[in-house]
Amino acid sequence: MDTQSLTYLFVGLSFALYIGIAIWSRAQSTNDFYIAGKGVNPVANGMATAADWMSAASFISMAGLIAFLGKDGSVYLMGWTGGYVLLALLLAPYLRKFGQYTVPDFIGTRYYSNAARLVAVICLIFVSFTYVAGQMRGVGIVFSRFLEVDINLGVVIGMCIVFFYAVLGGMKGITYTQVAQYCVLIFAYLVPAIFISILVTGNPVPQLGFGDTLVDSSTYLLDKLDQVTTDLGFNAYTENSKSKIDIFCITAALMFGTAGLPHVIVRFFTVPKVSDARKSAGYALIFIAILYSTAPAVSAFARINFIDSVQNVEYQSSPEWFQNWEDIGLIAWKDKNEDGLIQYSAGDALEGTKPKFVEGEGKNGERLVSNAANQANNNEVYIDRDIMVLANPEIAQLPGWVIALVAAGALAAALSTAAGLLLVISASVSHDLLKKTFMPKITDKQELLYARCSAAVAILVAGLFGIYPPGFVAQVVAFAFGLAASTIFPALFLGIFYKRLNMQGAIAGMLSGLIFTSSYIIYFKFINIEFNYAQHWFLGISPEGIGFIGMMINIVIALAVSSFYSKPPEHVYEMVDNIRRP
Amino acid sequence: MHKDYWRANLKILIILLSIWFLVSFGFGIIFSDFLDQYKIGGFKLGFWFAQQGSIYLFVVLIFIYVHLMNKLDKKYKDHNDEEDKY
Repeated sequence: MDTQSLTYLFVGLSFALYIGIAIWSRAQSTNDFYIAGKGVNPVANGMATAADWMSAASFISMAGLIAFLGKDGSVYLMGWTGGYVLLALLLAPYLRKFGQYTVPDFIGTRYYSNAARLVAVICLIFVSFTYVAGQMRGVGIVFSRFLEVDINLGVVIGMCIVFFYAVLGGMKGITYTQVAQYCVLIFAYLVPAIFISILVTGNPVPQLGFGDTLVDSSTYLLDKLDQVTTDLGFNAYTENSKSKIDIFCITAALMFGTAGLPHVIVRFFTVPKVSDARKSAGYALIFIAILYSTAPAVSAFARINFIDSVQNVEYQSSPEWFQNWEDIGLIAWKDKNEDGLIQYSAGDALEGTKPKFVEGEGKNGERLVSNAANQANNNEVYIDRDIMVLANPEIAQLPGWVIALVAAGALAAALSTAAGLLLVISASVSHDLLKKTFMPKITDKQELLYARCSAAVAILVAGLFGIYPPGFVAQVVAFAFGLAASTIFPALFLGIFYKRLNMQGAIAGMLSGLIFTSSYIIYFKFINIEFNYAQHWFLGISPEGIGFIGMMINIVIALAVSSFYSKPPEHVYEMVDNIRRP
Repeated sequence: MHKDYWRANLKILIILLSIWFLVSFGFGIIFSDFLDQYKIGGFKLGFWFAQQGSIYLFVVLIFIYVHLMNKLDKKYKDHNDEEDKY
């Protein structure tokens, strides 16, 4: 069978599996729908959390980003795993002990105020939709590249699948499909990584191969990579190019943001006991670490393979994948010195960075772009970082079934995360807005119906984001983590560890974190884009890292304002005492 | 009794979070360049902590926490059975 039919087969089989699980695990009550009846085994919950967490961004984009960022890429590796330590130690067990359905539930009850609950709902919906948009783009890329269907049709198929198991099964259905999706995605990530590690270094363990010597040579892979990257005018692969303070703040913002992401926190509401919540966080991080420790190895292999297979190669005899990705517009080549060879080096190849393709072919058969060549450097290649993981098996010339497997894995990663996010959105609408705020009289049955309806609406909105991708998706990722770090995390953390914090303090803190962080990001990402570099940044901190400062501001303001108003009522003290008990 | 439990809990948190800070922000970022002069295999040490070591230690930290808290829970559980209705 050719790669195309294999891909159809793998993707079809995995989709059939997800639907089968959804039918088997239908939700019967709101308790099932929101938190899977609190009956999920901690190991299974760990796997589901890992699938929930590892999105299209982790699966498709992260290794590619690190391949181009080198050591600076460590911010993602540490940031997106270190947050689990905070989650396990500071939040998950206490929130599980609290025993309600949603994150705004905790904030609303702890700060005895529906205003606080509303602020939390707004942050939650914003953070979650930002994230969903990215997943749908991932689904679109995979469908258009590997199955050669229209991106829009791909998104619609993805929506139907998610609709089926999220609306029908709720948290219960999602949990067990996520377990299956984790198995698919981790297998799909490891197989090519192991193959490539053997090809490049002879070591079957990518985590070790990455620090090993190259096949047929006594040079270490990383030393070679340092040398090649500096020769081409890039920063050395194993050295930082960003400032320390920026790296520090970005890592911190990602960590605290991770710990404050509602779709991750809510997963710990589904286990039977408090001690299970702790254990489950540990398992989740093991399952995540398997992928995250492999990713930087994949990055290093991909970078070296990419340079080896295109540098000074004639365009007409360039590898098939190079032209395949050029066909869908994620690679572009402009022959600046007109020698017919591909030259790759540091700097943007084209004016305006992103290629604008026009009709027609160049002398060597390449797609033409309307951008002028950037004469400041000799680089002739534009490459979208998102393609590295997907293209990696082709670059390393692995067999067709591995490529098919990667396609199924990428879809599993995107769909599992999308489903988890859609569920927290629907729960916050049906539970926090309707049941707890505007329509307190509805029955459990009605609430379940509203939950299903809002899940369906959320899926439609997410699908629209996939079909008409807002141009700002890449920019708003900083937003999602920045806001989670500067609003949700401090409200939860202080709520558990500082009893004296009252309603006024918490609301003032959340609002100041929200306003500070979003205005900083909006200023540099949307209003004054040309000022978005280190000299203009506050203390040299980029918009990606500002959420950490926002969090500090939130905490300071919350404590200060709190001291001017009276203590929280007695029942809040009792509630906090209760969640602190073993 | 609960005060003691909470105090013991906070002590565990402070110790574990200090290690968490040291391996990631310390070894992986602040002292990373300094550690880069040492090598294990083909890895510079600071680079290894930033891209591998910190992740492994995070996992270890959570399991140490699970273990310590389970022990602590057991020690205090007998004294407040009647309050543990949740």
